[in-house]
Amino acid sequence: MAVAYGHNLAVCDVTAEVPRGSVVGLIGPNGSGKSTLLKAIAGSVPLSAGSIRFGGQPAGRFAGRIAYVPQREEVNWDFPVTARDVVAMGRYRALGWLRWPGRRERAAADAALAALGLEGMGDRHITQFSGGQQQRIFLARAMVQEPELVLLDEPFTGVDVRNREVFHAQIHRFAEAGVTVLVATHDLDEVRATTTHVLLLNRRMVAFGPTAATFTPANLRAAFGGQVAVFEQVPVFERAP
Amino acid sequence: MSWLTEPLQYGFMQRAMLEVLIIGALCGLVGSFVVLRGLAFIGDALAHAVFPGVVLSYLAGQSILVGAFGFGTLTALGIGLLARSRRVSEDTAIGVIFAAFFALGVVILSRQGGFRRDLGSLLFGNILGVSMTDVIVTAVIAAAVAVIVAALLKEFTLASFDPVMARTLGYPVFALDLLLLLLVAATIVVSLQTVGNILVLALVVTPPATARLLTDRLLRMMGLSMLTAMGAGIAGLYLSYHLGTAAGATIVLTATVLFLLALVFAPNHGLVAGWVHRRRGHHHAHHYHPAGEEAADAASR
Repeated sequence: MAVAYGHNLAVCDVTAEVPRGSVVGLIGPNGSGKSTLLKAIAGSVPLSAGSIRFGGQPAGRFAGRIAYVPQREEVNWDFPVTARDVVAMGRYRALGWLRWPGRRERAAADAALAALGLEGMGDRHITQFSGGQQQRIFLARAMVQEPELVLLDEPFTGVDVRNREVFHAQIHRFAEAGVTVLVATHDLDEVRATTTHVLLLNRRMVAFGPTAATFTPANLRAAFGGQVAVFEQVPVFERAP
Repeated sequence: MSWLTEPLQYGFMQRAMLEVLIIGALCGLVGSFVVLRGLAFIGDALAHAVFPGVVLSYLAGQSILVGAFGFGTLTALGIGLLARSRRVSEDTAIGVIFAAFFALGVVILSRQGGFRRDLGSLLFGNILGVSMTDVIVTAVIAAAVAVIVAALLKEFTLASFDPVMARTLGYPVFALDLLLLLLVAATIVVSLQTVGNILVLALVVTPPATARLLTDRLLRMMGLSMLTAMGAGIAGLYLSYHLGTAAGATIVLTATVLFLLALVFAPNHGLVAGWVHRRRGHHHAHHYHPAGEEAADAASR
């Protein structure tokens, strides 16, 4: 598949078959098209070529079963919504038209917040949280959506250790429940710890496969171009498996 | 007491009061989304772009609503399509088009006799001249808009707060955005009679902006916004009656005073509260949003 904005081709030549329940790391430098690829899979930007299928079904039929955890720049922070309101948005599609979240949806939202360490904070406006907590709110929203595919866009950017642990644990729970997870990151430390597969990207697909076989210095060099020094300092390559 | 009751002995004041209550509720409701989506400029563009429609129906002896609705719908659709194409600078294009439309209205009107008097009542509204039919038409349109907003509140909220997720869930975000623009257009058109083309934007923006300072909840914001607009409308009418000032402009200034009061004294977002907060040395996570401004920028685009 490929995605273009006007005449600018943002991503192309991506061909991958992702097994259900796998955790795929989308890896590439800034501007390599990771976000675009995620948005295309989410159905938020149109494909200019190719197709995306889920379990043999066309993507349109799959709407609602994909949960998307955005980068922080993508939502309207000034909007008057509480953490509970945001998490309850995960139930909108299941509610359908003309119905508002009720007690059951609020309870589900509170439970998801509590599971991610934000117990009793549902009433606060979303700007009254730290950056890492805000990301957890959006992760909670993905949880209540009961998705089959979760898309995480740079969840490890600028967050503290506690937050990383919360994300790791939840990614594991998703995978155990058979939910497929795609996580875009340029944080190479995270890849080996969290993913079963990697897709290396730099405007076009460089490599795709199980992490152990694909997450190699040669492939990384191909994806990151000249920035070799960056990843050769990453200790995971020297470590025994 | 007679200060309050005296104006009400006149039929035109009674109708004006009714009209301003309906318009206030409508502007407060729809305006909440105008403020939250950063559509103030687009609203202004709409208010100006419908002017030729107002002039044409006025000259044809029709209700100004007829022409205004025609041009309002066209402009809302045009802006919606413009916003979709990424190649044009949206602000510039809207600026060019609405100025041209407005000029077109003035040119058409200037071909007629009695130009200045007519121009005045069309530009600044004539709330004291509304008929009972006008009031009923306004009420029907306001009710229709309110029903649509209530029915789609969940969808409008999601599309405004997180359009990427809305698309991921399969919601028709473009259609929702267009519908919202049409509702804004309808609101502006029916409010034109009250305060005129130039001031109508204040009714749509100022009360919701006031309400946003007072609460962090959407429904409360909408309710407060409607109350603020209705209150400013009634208070402005009384003031204009007793001071002998132009009704529309007095209403707008009353709304502005309420906004300034909220800006200074609002419990959480007000200047005084912020000052007290800093004096007490609260530097914890309260209202912590490093990327907030970028996000607001991105959202308004």
